[in-house]
Amino acid sequence: MPRPGFVLEVDRSTPPTLFWYGERFRLERLPTGSRVIYAPEPHAPLADPDAAIASALDNPLGDSPPLSGLLRPGMRLTIAFDDVSLPLPPMKSPDVRGQVIEAVLDRAAAAGVDDVVLIAALALHRRMTDAELRHALGPRVYDAFAPHGFLTQHDAEDPDGIVHIGETDQGEDVELNRRAAESDLIVYVNINLVAMDGGHKSVATGLASYNSLRHHHNPATMVHSRSFMDQHRSELHSSNWRMGRLIAASGIKIFQIETTLNTNTFPEQFGFLQKREWEWTMKDRAGFLAASKALQHTPPKVARSIFHSIRAPHAMTSVQAGEVEAVHAVTTENVYAQQMVAVSGQTDILTMGLPYISPYNVNSIMNPILVACLGLGYFFNLYRGKPLVRQGGVVILSHPTPWAFHPVHHPSYIDFFEQVLSQTTDPVAMSTTFEESYARDPWYIHLYRTSNAYHGVHPFYMWYWCAHALDHLGQVIVVGGEPRAVRRLGFKPASTLADALEMASDTVGRDPSITHLHAPPLLLADVT
Amino acid sequence: MIAEKLAGKRIAITGATGFLGTALTERLLRSVPGCELFLLVRPGRKGADERIRREIFRNDCFDRLRSERGESFGEELSRRVTALAGDVTTDGLGLSEEDARRLATCDVVIHSAAAVSFDSPLDQAVQVNLLGPSRVAQAIISAHDSYAVDRPFPHLIAVSTAYVAGNRRGDSPERLMSEAFFPTEASWRAEVSASTRTRSDADAASRTPEMLARFDADARRELGAAGSPLLARRAERLRADWVSDRMVQAGKSRAQGLGWPDAYAYTKALGELALSEQHGPVPTSIVRPSIIESAFAEPRPGWIRGFRMAEPVIISYARGLLREFPGIPEGVIDVIPVDLVAAAIITVAGRGIAEGPPPAGSLPVYQVASGSINPLRYGQLVDLVQEWFSEHPLYDSHGQPIEVPEWSFPGRGRVQRQLVRADKLLARAEKVVGAVPFRGPTAELSARIEERRSEAKRALGYVELYGSYTETEAIFRVDNLMSLWDTLDAPDRGAFCFDPRVVEWPTYVREVHLPSVVTHARARTAPGKRVSGERRDRARAAVLHPARQLAAFDLENTLIASNVVESYAWLATRELPLTERARFTASLLKEAPGLLSLDRHDRGDFLRHFYRHYEGAELAELSAKARQMFTSLLLARSFPDGIRRVREHRALGHRTILITGALDFVVEPLRPLFDEIVCASMRVENGVVTGELMRHPPTGEARAAVIEDFARAQGFSLEECVSYADSSSDLPMLEVVGFPVAVNPDAKLATMARRRGWHTETWRPAPGGSRPLLPLAPGPHEDESTSVQLRELIRRARQASAIMSARWRHRREAVQR
Repeated sequence: MPRPGFVLEVDRSTPPTLFWYGERFRLERLPTGSRVIYAPEPHAPLADPDAAIASALDNPLGDSPPLSGLLRPGMRLTIAFDDVSLPLPPMKSPDVRGQVIEAVLDRAAAAGVDDVVLIAALALHRRMTDAELRHALGPRVYDAFAPHGFLTQHDAEDPDGIVHIGETDQGEDVELNRRAAESDLIVYVNINLVAMDGGHKSVATGLASYNSLRHHHNPATMVHSRSFMDQHRSELHSSNWRMGRLIAASGIKIFQIETTLNTNTFPEQFGFLQKREWEWTMKDRAGFLAASKALQHTPPKVARSIFHSIRAPHAMTSVQAGEVEAVHAVTTENVYAQQMVAVSGQTDILTMGLPYISPYNVNSIMNPILVACLGLGYFFNLYRGKPLVRQGGVVILSHPTPWAFHPVHHPSYIDFFEQVLSQTTDPVAMSTTFEESYARDPWYIHLYRTSNAYHGVHPFYMWYWCAHALDHLGQVIVVGGEPRAVRRLGFKPASTLADALEMASDTVGRDPSITHLHAPPLLLADVT
Repeated sequence: MIAEKLAGKRIAITGATGFLGTALTERLLRSVPGCELFLLVRPGRKGADERIRREIFRNDCFDRLRSERGESFGEELSRRVTALAGDVTTDGLGLSEEDARRLATCDVVIHSAAAVSFDSPLDQAVQVNLLGPSRVAQAIISAHDSYAVDRPFPHLIAVSTAYVAGNRRGDSPERLMSEAFFPTEASWRAEVSASTRTRSDADAASRTPEMLARFDADARRELGAAGSPLLARRAERLRADWVSDRMVQAGKSRAQGLGWPDAYAYTKALGELALSEQHGPVPTSIVRPSIIESAFAEPRPGWIRGFRMAEPVIISYARGLLREFPGIPEGVIDVIPVDLVAAAIITVAGRGIAEGPPPAGSLPVYQVASGSINPLRYGQLVDLVQEWFSEHPLYDSHGQPIEVPEWSFPGRGRVQRQLVRADKLLARAEKVVGAVPFRGPTAELSARIEERRSEAKRALGYVELYGSYTETEAIFRVDNLMSLWDTLDAPDRGAFCFDPRVVEWPTYVREVHLPSVVTHARARTAPGKRVSGERRDRARAAVLHPARQLAAFDLENTLIASNVVESYAWLATRELPLTERARFTASLLKEAPGLLSLDRHDRGDFLRHFYRHYEGAELAELSAKARQMFTSLLLARSFPDGIRRVREHRALGHRTILITGALDFVVEPLRPLFDEIVCASMRVENGVVTGELMRHPPTGEARAAVIEDFARAQGFSLEECVSYADSSSDLPMLEVVGFPVAVNPDAKLATMARRRGWHTETWRPAPGGSRPLLPLAPGPHEDESTSVQLRELIRRARQASAIMSARWRHRREAVQR
């Protein structure tokens, strides 16, 4: 029986706490009385995933017939799937998407459907490489579809490939991938790593265009999503739900498949990363020592490639299919069951160690903007109820924050860092002054469409992701970050945690409460 | 009363654009209200009138007069000043009939035109300094005989130099050359014809095949593969410079052989001698100033024009560059302020009017010098200078004061040896750095070495040129001058003071001369680091100004850290199994040295040769692979700052053009950045590439032509175009535009850019981006499990690479044929 999440109160006997620090780690001694929040232990995987998938497809939730009942010869079937941003780290083969899609294709073949197209639901993310597609779908599916051009990637800038569905009652444009919108059925295959994923967001975001996305990817929406992980208090989700309902009303049929994973995030040799420090065995200690010593002397590029080759032993804990909202309600409960940790009361200072990976730098470089986004966009929002840190409190991040960018994946980030952040760090100001020119820039569009680049507007979205935190916090400090890059982000660099705590005292006084978010493995704090 | 005597008189002046000439013109206009001036200047391109307006009256010498006269200044100039277009190196001075008539009706002619540089080429110094005075006298005679027979001849006052005395020691009296101390048998006529012959000999020597080959090699070493027209122009320039150097050397050697320190003094001396023979009926006086320096009082203390003899030495000393300067501490350094010389000349002219000019044949001489009655010792001067700069130091580029060295008055030989050694050392360093293919900031090291070297060279030049002046032991007598002074009444003495005794040296050096020299040299006199980005930001803003019209870009190492060989290697290995890839790499590496030297020699030949590698490849396949290469090679190695710059130009409404020797299918994905791409393309037959180029690839001067054509077609002005390139072989495309930008320059280009003040940018690949050692393409799915990879390998090994096998097949067939 896996143990639930845990909030430790640091006393004098507590061993130092592990902080993620990019491609390295730090062991930090937190002041007595600080709290450390640990994720629940991994739930048991499904004993027979294929049987569970089959059962879900054949026994759908909500107002939906079984998948087989929706398939008929001569129909157009589009299978959309989550892109390389999920799960984190990428999972060991076989990937859940491949498993589910094989089951869907079996049923399609049995029903005599021969117009089937797969679409990677990129939204404005970078195109996946052949190797990434092959990994996500498995070699069988990949080899059957890719050579014939039936494996496609969503292109939000294809003038002929986008269709306007309508406007919501709030005046939000809904534009979708033409192939998907004009299909008789869309099957969307999700990996619901966190509670934010899935639901109407799958199609309304994953297969949409900039014109559509800008209605909910903007500073106002983000500030009013408290948090993204709590669908009922998230303006981001409200907008997506309005759009999803409009899509349903327009006659587009969606068969939603959602899967959840357990928190088994790191392979055996990195076992210490998901254990509580005082429970480390000799082997864990040795593993930690070996890893951290070796990494100290490894050039960053090599360390990066070592970490990015990690394949997570995530296992599927549930799969449900059918009507979008009914499916998503069950999925959300399952995610909560795995990740929720009850925390009582907010804290003055929230510390977090940021790992080497975020959704937008899989097989890539975690640039400073992504560091900000991971800390303030994602980890800050891992709460339900109230934010972990109080209004006006301080967040202390630990990440080396190098001034480094991937020239192919993040070209607009480089310019954003040079031209926009050097002028303003205010999300609202940059959205009015700069967003449009980056979003409509023909060169970025060219790179997004033909190379493997994130869309020109994407760095803005990363910054808007932080809007709620920037609005809420009194100060942000980065421990061990490259000072120049950290200052460009509008944060303060500190060389040690002790220095950072000293600096924080300007904002929160001499005797603050401190909480450390011990993630990944991912958790969701239920703050009361 | 001098001013009254000269009122209403017509005075001609040669050399009015010079230091003394300007002072003289100003003084006459201001202090002799009634006189009329005729200024003989070379017409140049702009015409004589324009030249005197620009080069004389705009000088700050006239600030005082301008403010005294107010609005009427312009009117007064046009009423009192007339330009005569002429040239003292031409017989008859090249005067028009009208101008000759004007000359004939003058009352006084002051000849102050001279080649004052101590290192003028021999023949030039001979033409100006030796023949000039006689030509002026001859022109006066012939103009007089033609147009003003009834008038008396004008009084000719020839400005010479006290240093005609040569290297003699002791008293140097105010007597003619012929009477006093002409020491040799040399006849000035023989010297004139010898100088012409020396010029043609030097010219002939420079045209031997060996020398021409040397100039060509030097030009190539300097510019690299910049294209033949540019190399030819440079080689010709080097040849002309070489001839000129030879003539300078010849002048120096000849002068020293005959007992003068340099060609200036030597030609001036022979010029006096010639004038004394040739002045005929023209009444003539000779004025010999010593070293003329900044004004004592008129028009204002410290006024100076041009960088004169002592200034470069003083400034180099203050900058810490001249660690030593030879000289005898107790020796006299004979300096005379310019306003004293001008006053003396005007007095000589006024006396000629008052008492009648000297009878023809008598040629009185007036030396204007301080050494005999108010000497300034060299040791004293050095102390004053050192003291002053210790209190008012110059500042280096870091904003720190420069400590001035203590001079130990060594012999000239020792200083020269030191400097020659420094020059040699720096030359070697420059050569070493130049041979290593550094780029960007490292390459600028070579530019800095080059700068140090030219500083050392300059210092050496000063020592060689001026060394003898600090070692002079002649004492210039001023008896004639002083008896002239004695005839003046008090008002004249006030208005036209030329008594060398009025100068109090410490005050003059500290309060007049040095401040003026420092201001004039625009040296840094305040501490604090100059905001180093300031100049760069200004240059960048100028480049990115909306008024610009076109931005032309080179590709390799300007926008992308890659080259045609890498593209080829990537494309060729895209389908190769591992073992084949290793073999391929080895073969390409073996070829590398040959390719490199070909590239250095001629970019076009290199491309033509290298692109043969593509022979037999299918175009469709190449294009498809090139699209993948765009992501994995070109973008991965691009300079984000460079790409951003292209886009900034576009955003400003400038047209953008890419000029590259890369192949069309390689650069095709870059098309959205540019309005126009000019690149190489190969002939295609039945979908297969032949390896032959369709037309000459855009390299060297062809790039300049591309920009010119494009600009002409769009109606753009080249002055408003910007050009970005990284290598000296791109020089033509940089030179043709108004705003050249050197990007990550190689050593040669860095040196040139620094010398010409071109804006330089350092663009780097994205920080953190990976740069593989070899530009080999990854196999289709490199991250697959080993078993899959092995299977793939076996499969691909069976079907050998399309490109490679096609080439091999073709070669086999060729051999069989």
